[in-house]
Amino acid sequence: MATELASRAGAFGSEGLEYNRMHERRRNGDQYRESRPQEGNAEQLARFLGWLSIGLGMAEVVAPRQLARLIGVEHNPGLFRLMGFREIGSGVAILSQDRPAGAVWSRVAGDVLDLALLGTQLDSDHPERDRTWTATLLVLGVTALDLYTARSLSRESNGGSQRRPAGEVQSAREMVESGSGIKVKTAVTVSRPIGEVYGFWRNFENLPRFMTHLESVHVLDGQRSHWVALAPAGQRLEWDAETLEDRPNELISWRSLPGSQVDTAGYVRFRPAPANRGTEIVVEMRYDPPGGVVAAAIAKLFGESGQEAVTRDLRAFKNVIEVGEVVHSDASIYTRPHPARPSSTKELEKARLLSTEGAPR
Amino acid sequence: MRATCWEGKKKVRVEQVPDPKILNSRDAIVRITSTAICGSDLHLYNGFVPTMQKGDILGHEFMGEVVETGSGLKNHLKIGDRVVVPFPISCGTCLSCQNGMFSLCENSNPNAWMAEKMFGHSPAGIFGYSHLTGGYAGGQAEFARVPFADVGPIKVPEELTDEQALFLSDIFPTGYMGAEMCDIKPGDVIAVWGAGPVGQFAIASAKMLGAERVIAIDRFEYRLRMAREKAGATETINYEEVSVLEALNEMTGGRGPDACIDAVGMEAHGHAAIYAYDRAKQALMLETDRPIALREAIMACKNGGTVSVIGVYGGLIDKFPMGAVMNRSLTIKSGQCHVQRYMRPLLERIQRGEIDPSFVITHRLELDQAAEGYEMFLNKEDDCVKVVLKP
Repeated sequence: MATELASRAGAFGSEGLEYNRMHERRRNGDQYRESRPQEGNAEQLARFLGWLSIGLGMAEVVAPRQLARLIGVEHNPGLFRLMGFREIGSGVAILSQDRPAGAVWSRVAGDVLDLALLGTQLDSDHPERDRTWTATLLVLGVTALDLYTARSLSRESNGGSQRRPAGEVQSAREMVESGSGIKVKTAVTVSRPIGEVYGFWRNFENLPRFMTHLESVHVLDGQRSHWVALAPAGQRLEWDAETLEDRPNELISWRSLPGSQVDTAGYVRFRPAPANRGTEIVVEMRYDPPGGVVAAAIAKLFGESGQEAVTRDLRAFKNVIEVGEVVHSDASIYTRPHPARPSSTKELEKARLLSTEGAPR
Repeated sequence: MRATCWEGKKKVRVEQVPDPKILNSRDAIVRITSTAICGSDLHLYNGFVPTMQKGDILGHEFMGEVVETGSGLKNHLKIGDRVVVPFPISCGTCLSCQNGMFSLCENSNPNAWMAEKMFGHSPAGIFGYSHLTGGYAGGQAEFARVPFADVGPIKVPEELTDEQALFLSDIFPTGYMGAEMCDIKPGDVIAVWGAGPVGQFAIASAKMLGAERVIAIDRFEYRLRMAREKAGATETINYEEVSVLEALNEMTGGRGPDACIDAVGMEAHGHAAIYAYDRAKQALMLETDRPIALREAIMACKNGGTVSVIGVYGGLIDKFPMGAVMNRSLTIKSGQCHVQRYMRPLLERIQRGEIDPSFVITHRLELDQAAEGYEMFLNKEDDCVKVVLKP
């Protein structure tokens, strides 16, 4: 018993080790970024601006009258408090994020608003105009600082993936993480041995049995296969893919070939679940649909997101592996909402049904 | 065929709909001979369960005769078999089913993603119980499609009437599981909140499992009478007349019941599904004067005792006395009933004459009178406890 436990712990340990290595790599990447002087600076500046926001905001909320007198403007407690809450909001947003580019940009927007409000006071002919001028100059200075910080932070988050050292061999995971497009990651456990699960998946021509958006997959040779998918509005998308890595009972990764209608890459990873509970499957992929992310976002409005679609496909995979077919209810055979009641033959003919075995087409 | 369809809040109608068809290889089509309205159907009726669609067929307690079988059922069911069907749809092969947790089947809910948004992970599919649990047509109809018919339905011996066997589909096993979760030992006192049909079976089961005393709590005298006279409750409390906590303390020498069963569920607590949390809070204050059963069960329970929750909950609850649970070492057990686990042993108890579940039936109606049945059950008209529909 003790040895069994020890060996199991060992198995988890190595699994954990790999996980740690992955995080280490990420962390190292961060250090690499932080070593660039300007960026560490930007983050420090952002933190300073965050606290400044909160301080100023509190003053505006708690003591609007005094503040109005100080900067020589008309006393309007409602407006002051509103601006105060805005400041506090920006501050909290900046301090609660690792890379608060967006939150700092919200400060810039706030500055513009402040300047506009101060501008209305400069026009008027009131006795405290000097104080208002001083306040305006101060705000202008802070605006410059905000702009500088926001731009530095934005550069950082956009440039992250391009700073990967050249020549590094991409693992499947990195290939998905570094590419552009929509990214999806999901997992399922099936109560079947790893060999059977891997074997079923490795035969790519099986995939349309559970991937609802795939019409067909044809294996061309050892490395390449041809994929046909159904897109919204009855369109078809076709692409050729190559298998990059194929480690039996462990991992399969793939990538679409240049010239494809869809730019996609991904991997599926298999690992034994503890105590003979079957096999854990993790799928991670990215895809650049034609029309890009905007088209995908619009498609999402009318149906499911990529994440939902892949999660649904994995569940269907579990169905096929565990019970031999995709399980359906009266409603689930339809791609659109349908009441939980049997369909007439006519209805079934007219509707676009999900492609499943066993379900009437 | 004719079927009872949900048309909106407090609106059901018997409509003409297409006959069911085989969709998967282990499906059977059953011609329904008896079906019942469940207390949990009232949660759908009252609009407390999200993801209902206009036109959904209701009903998850039904039995009948097999009239068609899919290609994968060869050695299991034959045309002509008389069966009673459990309400959870379960594949029998996934890890949950293998472990006897049939209401957590991992393969039977095609809309698992909806349930995951609500509950984190998905339970099994259920007949006629919203799209969150699969979007399966229900059994308050002339026919029903029964998936995994080799796992769920069991054959009913000829000597038993429909009315004796029908409640194996849900409420008898549900009440039994509620009592079983109390882990009853000699001398134990069990208190049951709710003397509706499930509560009646929880009371009867607690007695069967050896409870010394069973105390029923409700506000309708006719249900408390049934609990005493038919189910075997030793004492009853009408919570509109006395303070439940005081009464229980007095009855148990200040210890509290050894275990408490909540057979009431979400509407007594005035809480609803997550999507309408605020509306539910409103309902809690406007519609119901009973937001108290689960909290009360927790507060009443003996130190170190068990609170067994078989009443249906849909989403979130407010002001949950977690301090009482933690500091007094209470155990909460809960779940949709794993009906398949209990059907055979309970059928044997019926055959041996230990219990005749038909005692809860107060009304027998035609299928076409379904709307009337819902109204009557909801409003507790004519001392209604359980309505059986005959298609």
